[in-house]
Amino acid sequence: MPWKKTKSLLEPGWYFMQGDEACAEGALAAGCRFYAGYPITPASEIMIRMVHRLPEVNGVFIQMEDEIGSISSVIGASWAGAKAMTATSGPGISLMTESIGYAGITETPCVIVDVQRAGPSTGQATRPAQGDIMQVKWGCHGDVEIIAFAPWSVQEMYDLTIKAFNCAERFRVPTFILADEAVGHLRETLLIKEEVEIFDRYKAPGLPPFGTDEPNGVPPMPAFGEGANLLVTGSTHDPWGFRKTADPQIQARLTERLVRKVKDFRAEILLTEGHFLTDAEIGVIAYGFTARAALAAIKKLRQQGIKVGLLRLISIWPFAEEAVAGLGQNCRVIFVPEMNRGQIAGEAKKFTSTPIIPLPKTNGEVFEPAEIVEAIRRNLT
Amino acid sequence: MNPKIMEMINTQAFPTPFCPGCGHGILMNAILRAVAEMEYDLQKMLFVSGIGCAAWIPSPHFKADTLHTLHGRAIAYATGAKLYNPNLKVVVVSGDGDLSSIGGNHLIHGARRNIDLTVICANNSIYGMTGGQVASTTPLGSLTTTTPQGNKEPPFDLCRLVKAAGATFVARQSVATPVPLVRTLKKALAHVGFAFVEVISPCPTQYGRRNAFRSPYELIKYLRENSLSAEKAQGLSPEQLQGKILLGEF
Repeated sequence: MPWKKTKSLLEPGWYFMQGDEACAEGALAAGCRFYAGYPITPASEIMIRMVHRLPEVNGVFIQMEDEIGSISSVIGASWAGAKAMTATSGPGISLMTESIGYAGITETPCVIVDVQRAGPSTGQATRPAQGDIMQVKWGCHGDVEIIAFAPWSVQEMYDLTIKAFNCAERFRVPTFILADEAVGHLRETLLIKEEVEIFDRYKAPGLPPFGTDEPNGVPPMPAFGEGANLLVTGSTHDPWGFRKTADPQIQARLTERLVRKVKDFRAEILLTEGHFLTDAEIGVIAYGFTARAALAAIKKLRQQGIKVGLLRLISIWPFAEEAVAGLGQNCRVIFVPEMNRGQIAGEAKKFTSTPIIPLPKTNGEVFEPAEIVEAIRRNLT
Repeated sequence: MNPKIMEMINTQAFPTPFCPGCGHGILMNAILRAVAEMEYDLQKMLFVSGIGCAAWIPSPHFKADTLHTLHGRAIAYATGAKLYNPNLKVVVVSGDGDLSSIGGNHLIHGARRNIDLTVICANNSIYGMTGGQVASTTPLGSLTTTTPQGNKEPPFDLCRLVKAAGATFVARQSVATPVPLVRTLKKALAHVGFAFVEVISPCPTQYGRRNAFRSPYELIKYLRENSLSAEKAQGLSPEQLQGKILLGEF
C-alpha cells in the first residue's frame, strides 16, 4: 500500500496559528502541490497562505475567474498528477457542485474546504454557520458518495486536512473539510509533530483506471503524459473510460461501485469521540465549533448532577450511524445543537428510535454553553 | 484515410457519432494531420473537450490522453492540467456553444492570461446535439428550434472577442478548405501562448435543413462562395463585406 511517513514541512513544535492558515499548512504537509481558488469570506486566508507557501515547495497556485474555474482546474491538475485543493464558502460550493459530481463519477481525488458562513444565498458573509452539511452530501444530481470532516479546533484544521487528502487519494473521492467561520478565524495553539503519515496515489500500469476485479477495490490512477491513453469522461463509462451511455449494466455497475467503495471502507474513514458517555442517560451529538460549547455545557450539567454525555462527530460523511445507534441504546433522549435548522438531527433520526431533540441556531452566532445548559434543563423538566 | 492518421485513432470507437455531411469528420482528420505533420508525440498530448458534438472529436477517438469535461468548462480543466505539467501539449477541442456561451467566462480569461493552450472551436452556429436551438453564434434571421420566427439576436464574432481578450494567435478557417485549415492548425499548435482557431464546420442536420440548404453539399458550396481571406478583405467597404466570412489570421 502506498502509505508512507514523511517529515513535517514546518519545524516540529508549538505554533500559534489561525484555523484557515493551519488548514493550508495541513494541505502542504499532506503533499498538496496545486491550489486554485477564488476570493470569498471567510475562506480567503487559506488562499493567501497558499500563494506564499506553494512556491516554496515547487507547487502551483492560481486565482481563477470564479469558483467553477477553481474546481475545474483542480480536477485537471489532479489528473495531471497533483494532490490538489480549493477552498471556499457556501456560495462557492453552490457554483462548484456540478464539477464535484464530475469528480465523483471520474473518481478524481481532490480536497474542497468549505468554511461555512450564514446563508442561504449571500446571507451573512462574516458570520459562522453549519448550514452546508446536506449541501455537500446531496448537492449533486445522481448518487455521488463524498467524504467530509468537521474540525473543532485549529489543531484539527491541520490534522483533518491531512486526513482529507489521505482519504481523497486512497478512495479517489472528492473530500470536504466542513469548517465554519468561527474555527476558520480562530487563533490558538497548534502542535506540529516530527512526521506525518500520508497516502500517495496508487499506480498499476496496465490495469483499468475506472474499475477493478476486486469487489470493493479502488482502481489505480495513472496521470496524463504517462502513456496510458487515458479516457476521462463524466459520461457513464466502462472500466477503460469508453462512453457507454445506453448500457444499463454498465450504468448500474458504475453507480453501485462509486457508493460501495466509500461505504465498504467506512471503518477507515469514520472518526468520532466520546465524552462522559460511560454512564450517560442523556446524549448530545455535536460537531465542529458547536461541540466546544456542547462539551462545556455537559461539564456544567455534570456539576449539577445530570448524567449527560457527548458524542462528537469528527467525520460527518459517511455518517457514523453505528455510534448514533449505540448512543440511542444507552440514552433516553438525545439533543443535537447545531448552527442550522436540524440537518444532523434529522440524519440521526434514521438510526435510532430514541427521541431526538434538535437545538437549531441560525442567528449567525456561535452557541454559548449556557444556552445549551438551559435548553437541556428546560426539556428535562 | 491516410494509414498514418488511422494509427492515431481508437478505431474500436467507430463508427463516429457524426451525422452524414457533418463537418466535424473533416476537422478530426485535419487536427490529426496537423499533429502528424508537426511530428508531435501523441503520448505527450492532452485533448480536453466540453459537451456537444465537437467535444466527441477527440474523445474517445484520439489515441492520446483525453479529458471529456462538463459543458463549458474545458478551458478551466485544461488550465489546471497545463499549469501542473507544462510538458504536456494541451489542446482544447469543443463547440461554439460550449466555448463561447456557457463557457464564455473561461474563454475570455484563458485568452487574457495568454496561457499556453491551443483552442480549436468547431463553430456550427447551432446547438446540434440537443436538437438545433439558437446559439450565441447563430446568424441573424436564421431559423432554429428556439427562433421559429428567425434569430433576432446578433451573433458573436468569436475571433474579435478572443483577440480583444488578449489571445496572441487568432485565426478562422473552414472545413470547406481543408488545406489552409491544416496549415493554420499547425501554426496554432506551434504557437506558445493562447492560440484560438475558429473552424466553421457546418451542421446539415440541425442548421442546414431548417435554413434552405437542402444538402451538405449546398452548405459547403455556400461556405466556399462566401468566404474571403482577411488580406483580400482589406480595403473593401462594409457593404461589400456584408454576409462574407473572413478567413485567415487576425
